[in-house]
Amino acid sequence: MEIKDEVKTPGKLSRTFITLYDVFQFMGRFFKEGFLPPYEGKELMKQCYDIGYRSLALISLTGFITGIVFTKQSRPSLAEFGATSWLPSLVGIALLRTLAPLLTSLIAAGKVGSSIGAELGSMRVTEQIDAMEVSATNPFKFLVTTRVLASTITIPILTFYTAMVGMLGALLNVSLSEGTSAKAFFQSSLESITFLDITASTIKAVIFGFTIGMVGCYQGYNSSKGTEGVGKAANSAVVIGMFLIFIEEVVSVQFFGLFRT
Amino acid sequence: MEERKPLSEQEKVIEINGLYKSFGNYHVLRGVDLELYKRENLVVLGKSGTGKSVLIKIVVGLLTPDSGEVKVLNQHVDQITYKELLALRLKVGFSFQNSALYDSMTVRENLIFPLVRNQRKLTKGEITSAVEEMLDAVGLLHTINQMPSELSGGQRKRIGIARTLILRPEIMLYDEPTAGLDPITCLEINNLINEVQERFHTSSIIITHDLTCAKAVGNRVAMLLDGKFERQGTFEDVFNTNDERVKPFYDYNFIQ
Repeated sequence: MEIKDEVKTPGKLSRTFITLYDVFQFMGRFFKEGFLPPYEGKELMKQCYDIGYRSLALISLTGFITGIVFTKQSRPSLAEFGATSWLPSLVGIALLRTLAPLLTSLIAAGKVGSSIGAELGSMRVTEQIDAMEVSATNPFKFLVTTRVLASTITIPILTFYTAMVGMLGALLNVSLSEGTSAKAFFQSSLESITFLDITASTIKAVIFGFTIGMVGCYQGYNSSKGTEGVGKAANSAVVIGMFLIFIEEVVSVQFFGLFRT
Repeated sequence: MEERKPLSEQEKVIEINGLYKSFGNYHVLRGVDLELYKRENLVVLGKSGTGKSVLIKIVVGLLTPDSGEVKVLNQHVDQITYKELLALRLKVGFSFQNSALYDSMTVRENLIFPLVRNQRKLTKGEITSAVEEMLDAVGLLHTINQMPSELSGGQRKRIGIARTLILRPEIMLYDEPTAGLDPITCLEINNLINEVQERFHTSSIIITHDLTCAKAVGNRVAMLLDGKFERQGTFEDVFNTNDERVKPFYDYNFIQ
């Protein structure tokens, strides 16, 4: 056989298409393998615990402070029109429709996305993924499917938790400033929340969770170049994850807006 | 140290013909031909970066060749389905250079991981006894509840071998089994490789550039030079030469 001396490296545009092809293939593999037995139930539960429970402290703090700050900042504008009684409704709608899904997902993209990217990246460079391959097991099922499913399941739960904690923060502020009772506050805010708000928020959170898991896993699973690659995988998981979440947020606001009119 | 003798030629378990592999413009393997016979230990020698590890990664289907034929247990590795490849991998054990232990799992969990995923009908008792038997075989039963980070380099290598052996492979591929270890631990690993061959009746390819290891474990030695096996045979056959590409290898290991 003749050996070609020069191998042409693909250009920037070609590389972009190759990467896109890889990403779709990776997603395709998730849908193909994710729902077929054998199932990795124990690992899925462990990942749900890691992603969900271990993010609780940070998410609680962020949600609570957001609730307080948002209420405090909104009050003067509403007071100009003598509409401070609308504050609970405003906070409820803002938190549920946008703030809770977005904040939760951005925090998770930073905390969970980077951790998945770094963990899988380090497993790749230390040949642990290859070791799973050669021992006749499917590392994709064990590592990728479980993490993507776990983040898709837990992010919506965390989103509603953030909304609830945010409401508590708002309640604290409102009751201290205006002496509104908890019952009146929740009655007023929950009355303004529609079924569409809850559905839209859930769907958005599911999409965000899937994105975080998928981006983190793709970056980590395909990392190379030793420890430098691990750092890059973690970093890319966060940057690309957040970028995609913002794009998805814009698209979903437009999409669900169609049902509100 | 006693030199090991080649076994009489029997059934071929691995057969490689005209294997080529390049990475970009770097041509690593340039027409490799190689056979591994049943129950023999074949040592593959060569300088770093000559494609020794690439060769065994192709054998186990972790890398695909550019061209050439790779037959493992009478199956063409690059022509079988993923399912068939998984079944073939059950019969081919791979011990990694850096052990590749799953660092988030204990030693016990490392051994259980491949076992339960390939033999789903095993009872808890059978799993426990299989794990303990393998750890006992490598002399590290006492480390069963330890994390990989708590083990020494030699212990990690042994656990890596135990994890591979738990699936009872017919072929073992060792990637630099003595790299980075002290001479005493190297000796222990060499003995373990020979014990594995005796006890589990495995055929093995041992990748190394450690000639002491090569002499201690190899029934046959093959030297990778310029992307090909130009010298194969007994240890003496390979090194009884004035080839300037081979002599420094021997001189560095034994004369220096």
